[in-house]
Amino acid sequence: MEKVTSAIQVIPVEYYMYISFALFAIGVLGVLYRRNTIIILMCIELMLTSVNLLFVAFSAYHSDPAGQVFVFLVMLVAAAEVAVGLSILVMMKRKINSVDIDLLSRLKDEK
Amino acid sequence: MNCIMEIITVLILFFPLAGFLVNSFAGKRLKGNLSGIIASTSVLISFVLVFVLFIRMLTGTGSSETISFGNWINAGNLLVPFEFRIDPLSVTMMLIITGVGFLIHVYSIGYMKGDERISVFFANMNLFTFAMLLLVSAANYLLLFAGWEGVGLCSYLLIGFWFKNDDNNYAARKAFVMNRIGDLGFLLGLILLFVQFGSFSYDVISAKAVYILPGNMLITLISLLLLAGAIGKSAQIPLYTWLPDAMAGPTPVSALIHAATMVTAGIYMIARSDFLFILSPLALIVVLIIGTFTAIFAASIGLFQNDIKKILAYSTVSQLGFMFMALGLGAFSTSVFHLTVHAFFKALLFLGAGSVIHSLHGEQDIRKMGGLKKMMPVTFLVFLAATLAISGIPPFSGFFSKDEILTRAFHQNPAIWVAAVGGALITCFYMFRLLYLTFYGNFRGKEHVRSEIHESPWIMLVPLIFLALFSVAGGLINIPELFGGNVLFSKFLQPVFINKQTIDNHLDKYSEILIMSISLIALVLIIYLAYREYVQKQRIPVNDINTLPFFKRIIARKYYIDELYELLFEIPFRWLSEKLFAIAELKVIDNAVESIGRISLLSGRYINRIQNGNIRLYLFAMVAGIIIIFFINLIAF
Repeated sequence: MEKVTSAIQVIPVEYYMYISFALFAIGVLGVLYRRNTIIILMCIELMLTSVNLLFVAFSAYHSDPAGQVFVFLVMLVAAAEVAVGLSILVMMKRKINSVDIDLLSRLKDEK
Repeated sequence: MNCIMEIITVLILFFPLAGFLVNSFAGKRLKGNLSGIIASTSVLISFVLVFVLFIRMLTGTGSSETISFGNWINAGNLLVPFEFRIDPLSVTMMLIITGVGFLIHVYSIGYMKGDERISVFFANMNLFTFAMLLLVSAANYLLLFAGWEGVGLCSYLLIGFWFKNDDNNYAARKAFVMNRIGDLGFLLGLILLFVQFGSFSYDVISAKAVYILPGNMLITLISLLLLAGAIGKSAQIPLYTWLPDAMAGPTPVSALIHAATMVTAGIYMIARSDFLFILSPLALIVVLIIGTFTAIFAASIGLFQNDIKKILAYSTVSQLGFMFMALGLGAFSTSVFHLTVHAFFKALLFLGAGSVIHSLHGEQDIRKMGGLKKMMPVTFLVFLAATLAISGIPPFSGFFSKDEILTRAFHQNPAIWVAAVGGALITCFYMFRLLYLTFYGNFRGKEHVRSEIHESPWIMLVPLIFLALFSVAGGLINIPELFGGNVLFSKFLQPVFINKQTIDNHLDKYSEILIMSISLIALVLIIYLAYREYVQKQRIPVNDINTLPFFKRIIARKYYIDELYELLFEIPFRWLSEKLFAIAELKVIDNAVESIGRISLLSGRYINRIQNGNIRLYLFAMVAGIIIIFFINLIAF
């Protein structure tokens, strides 16, 4: 573990944080700005992935395996969530024959 | 032994209340006379129980006591228990209420027969009986006030019993509101009583009052305020105009409430508060003046009235004035004596009038009556007995009580005696005028009414006969020593009044006989004069008041007092009420309340836009929220 650690520590941990934040931000903006539901799901995945990256980075830098264990759990949740999200997507496609999220506005207060 | 008194007291109050509840809830299902029978029976049971208490008191096994049943109000300094006072005064009042009340209930079974709301009538009558009993048996002012308000309520309910007619509702409201005006004074008096004595109980107050010097300002103020309440309740000047209007109610109501019992509550209350009033000569003088003035004033109005019930109403106001006069002279037991006999003959007069009205199918104008002597002999006889009683002709009961008042008036101040005799003479005249015009001569009404005239059924006659017996023989309870009597009634009441008013007068025998003879001769003269006018000359009061000469017209129009009150109070009040409605109500309050509604609607219209179903907006809101929370956390730490 120590060898891996010292090798990795050549790159300061801040760089990993920057990448992770950037990926997360891109994911958030993607969820907010994109209309295609598939892209939104992908951006959600992107957010999860960025978090995973950060966990692993810290785990490596502090020689603490706990981070890597937590990544497992996160991936587990991601997988489950993707399954559910994609099935909702399929239902949506069947219902309105489109993946444009703006068309889903039944919660609108019909005046 | 105490237990018996307590149980009896509770039962006395319980039965009329039970009668009220039964008639209220099961009334619709009770057929025919059953409501009346239940109501009358409950009052009868109470009467029997009161009579038991009375006998115990006479024979000495029971004596005056205050019975307490735990606390009603217990709040810091204010401790008001449920306590009842059983002493000669309250027992006397209760005997009248239940005794005369029972007779009137029985009479009502006949009088109100066929009325569709008869069970409501009897329920209200029983409730009234309960409230009145509560009033006279209370041992503290607050409980008395509870009964006071209760009888006011029942008076309102019963005056407006035939509510389909708006006039009745107006009369009921008038009675209640005028009563209320007096009650304001009463309440203020109660508050001051508590401030001074720390309690509402008669026992506590009378014990402490002994240490107060006569002429004390606060006591005078309290007495005058309590007097204000009595003026409203007992229809004295200036709060008397409700009583003639109250004749709009059924005649048994007039008999019970506005003759025998409720209106006597004021007198009872003052008699009860003798320990306060004798500390304040000023208050007593005010009572005397108001009583005397009312007695004469009301009698003069009665002289020109043509409605049989209105004449009796003004007569009641006048007689109450006499009772107040007696109170003002410090003759408390005399006042109660007059109250008692007045209950008998006034109830009799009203019930008799009721028989006449009933028989004539609702006719109340004496100008359209006449000659009923032959057609309704029993009614005539009892009415005659009552008229003789109220005029003060011996040996009828009214003579003894009125004579006592006159004698004491003379003893205090001959001028008052003159006024009192004047009142008595006017009373005699208008009562005999009523008698002659109603029963003598020829019938002056329409033929189809004449053919229907009949004597009342037995159920209405028997109570009349009983009341007549009491009106005749009632004087026996208090025969003055002048005639070798042993003033039983005054002696019975003596333990109650600390004034220890002398049973015998300070006048010597000869002046007393002289005074008595003067008034008697004058009375007989008056009866003859009335006879000459209305029987021999067959004079009938004019049909149109406007044809009367000036002074007579003023009196016939009741001195325009009603109009005066309307001008002074009703019109300004109504004006104020309308102005307030237009401005404060419509413009200010309505606006304020509606604005709140409008704000909600308006803001809603804008906040509405958040809920547009746009998912991206929701997501944005979520993200924005998270960022804000994040930064708050960052800054706060």
